[in-house]
Amino acid sequence: MSKVVLENLTKVYSNGFKAVHGINLEIEDGEFLVVIGPSGCAKSTTLRMLAGLESISGGTINIGGRTVNNLPPKDRGIAMVFQNYALYPHMSVRENLGFGLKLAKVSKEDIEKQVNEAAELLELTPLLDRLPRQLSGGQAQRVAVGRAIVKRPQVFLFDEPLSNLDAKLRASMRVRISDLHNTLKKTNRSATSVYVTHDQTEAMTMGDRICVMKDGHIMQVDTPANLYKYPQNLFVAGFIGAPEMNMVDADLSRNDQDDYHLSLNEQGLTLPAEKAQEVANKFTSDVVFGIRPEFIKLADENSPQGEVVKGIVVRMENMGAEFYVHFSVDGEKKEMCARIPSDIVEAQLWNSKGKAQLFHFEMSNAHIFDKQTEENISL
Amino acid sequence: MTKLFIDKSTTGVIDNDRFLRVQMRKQKIGAGIRYFVLLFCGLVMLYPLFWMFSASFKPNHEIFSSLSLWPNEFSLDGFINGWNTGTEYTFGRFFINTLYYVVPKVILTVISSVIVAYGFARFDIPFKKFWFVTLVATILLPTSVLLIPQYLMFREMGMLDSYMPLYLPMAFATQGFFVFMLIQFLRGLPTDMEEAAMIDGCNSFQLLWYIVVPMLKPAIISVALFQFMWSVNDFLGPLIYISSVEKYPIALALKLSIDVTEGTQWNEILAMASIAIVPSIVVFLIAQNYFVEGITSGGVKG
Repeated sequence: MSKVVLENLTKVYSNGFKAVHGINLEIEDGEFLVVIGPSGCAKSTTLRMLAGLESISGGTINIGGRTVNNLPPKDRGIAMVFQNYALYPHMSVRENLGFGLKLAKVSKEDIEKQVNEAAELLELTPLLDRLPRQLSGGQAQRVAVGRAIVKRPQVFLFDEPLSNLDAKLRASMRVRISDLHNTLKKTNRSATSVYVTHDQTEAMTMGDRICVMKDGHIMQVDTPANLYKYPQNLFVAGFIGAPEMNMVDADLSRNDQDDYHLSLNEQGLTLPAEKAQEVANKFTSDVVFGIRPEFIKLADENSPQGEVVKGIVVRMENMGAEFYVHFSVDGEKKEMCARIPSDIVEAQLWNSKGKAQLFHFEMSNAHIFDKQTEENISL
Repeated sequence: MTKLFIDKSTTGVIDNDRFLRVQMRKQKIGAGIRYFVLLFCGLVMLYPLFWMFSASFKPNHEIFSSLSLWPNEFSLDGFINGWNTGTEYTFGRFFINTLYYVVPKVILTVISSVIVAYGFARFDIPFKKFWFVTLVATILLPTSVLLIPQYLMFREMGMLDSYMPLYLPMAFATQGFFVFMLIQFLRGLPTDMEEAAMIDGCNSFQLLWYIVVPMLKPAIISVALFQFMWSVNDFLGPLIYISSVEKYPIALALKLSIDVTEGTQWNEILAMASIAIVPSIVVFLIAQNYFVEGITSGGVKG
């Protein structure tokens, strides 16, 4: 089967720069794993090492039960889709698709058959005799994907394949690639995929699991939902989600009754019991308090006591169905943001810019991070 | 021309039409000056060529006595006598002789230079920087420095009075300029396609043949073109190595008519010189289309 296992994978460049710091990762057979991270986090380097385009400084790569460290790219059972499509400019679409098979000395009839099959799958049939320069960006990218499919690889590697396309096309290609992955899976073909991107939407919508990287380290690997709900550290919490999670420095203290209190300057928040339990083991007073904008509401008479904070509304951004309400908490430099439905804003917050307002922080969905280690201590 | 609409309140231009008229006139005057300068420079540069061509239709006594480009007495004697030459061979023979060494020279140069440039541009070779500096140094080295040692070497190998010394060195990418030119071109090409081909299963030579050479085509054509023109015009090389008249290329044959006749038949020489530049011009015109063809056209977009 086509399981991919990276063990302690390391990359050190000849100038001594350590790009990848011993990462461990298991990609299950048929899984669609998205690798995401800011520029320069070595996600592409990792993918290129997997492809065999970049030498490995340490650790092992195992594809489908074979260690492939020293195998050339063609023997690793992989196919790759590049950001710039990397179509051969002097070959027609048909030749581009069949080039790998031609090199593998597959008979002409078989090449023809497989090329036609892939072309049909990707709706490329009318384009088969065109040259790459006669294709639009979306068509070129489909050819690039087709070229990968024709090879029937064990593992598909995608290196930011959609970042050269415009927003609309990107959205439709996203769906197409996801559908394709499912089709391959249904027809019992190998469909393990590693997809590198810096686009959150792609990661969240396409990935079975997402691997978040930073500076050559893996920060967290989990399903999109878990990554969003239970970020293990500050980086993941800040990276996933738009608008970003609110994160402010706070002091954590506990009293004799084992109640945990967060103080944002003068204002206090109380942790609910289930959060308090988790925090108890890793208690520290110097913390970062994080809460997603959708878990901040306008306070009303039902809001529990330890969950209300007074803020001054700084700015309101109309997003149509909802407003992003930016407010500053007394003494804090950093603004916080709440996502509040339009009707509530219109009823209660109209013209409240510059005025004080009480906000209800849903503490059961809050996160507490250790400021030193940046770990989430409330999970 | 599409009409420009300029908001008068913001531009401060009171009369839009007048503003446009002034702009148009300025552009026309500018273009007039530009074309005049270009035409003048072009004529100055082409005049010697025109003169040579017209002089080849003049009788000998008229060539140096009038400045006019149009011959007073039109005569084809220059071409007829020049073609027959003073020797037992016609000028056609010298043409063919030229091709005998120019064609292998061009082919060998292209093959060897492409392979060496590919190595430099795409592989990690031990001491690569040193080798590259050496390569550049050979470009700076005057060719005449090598003449005597090379002559001695080819004499030892018994290759004098043959075309071998003229093209054999090219099999070893000895013209650093071409290698350098190709390396620079290759460095500018994205490596994505080569990586894709590697994944598709190409080894290094397949990569070179199927992917790199097609992408290098414009550069290869430039190399071939330069080498062709320089070789056809080369005088020193054949002068040193070719001694028998039956092997003379054009460059030497032109000189031949000056040597053997007492009163030099300038019309013959100029007529043959006019013919001698024809291959270079034809080859250039054919290859020009490829020059124009975009370099990374197709493969990359965005």
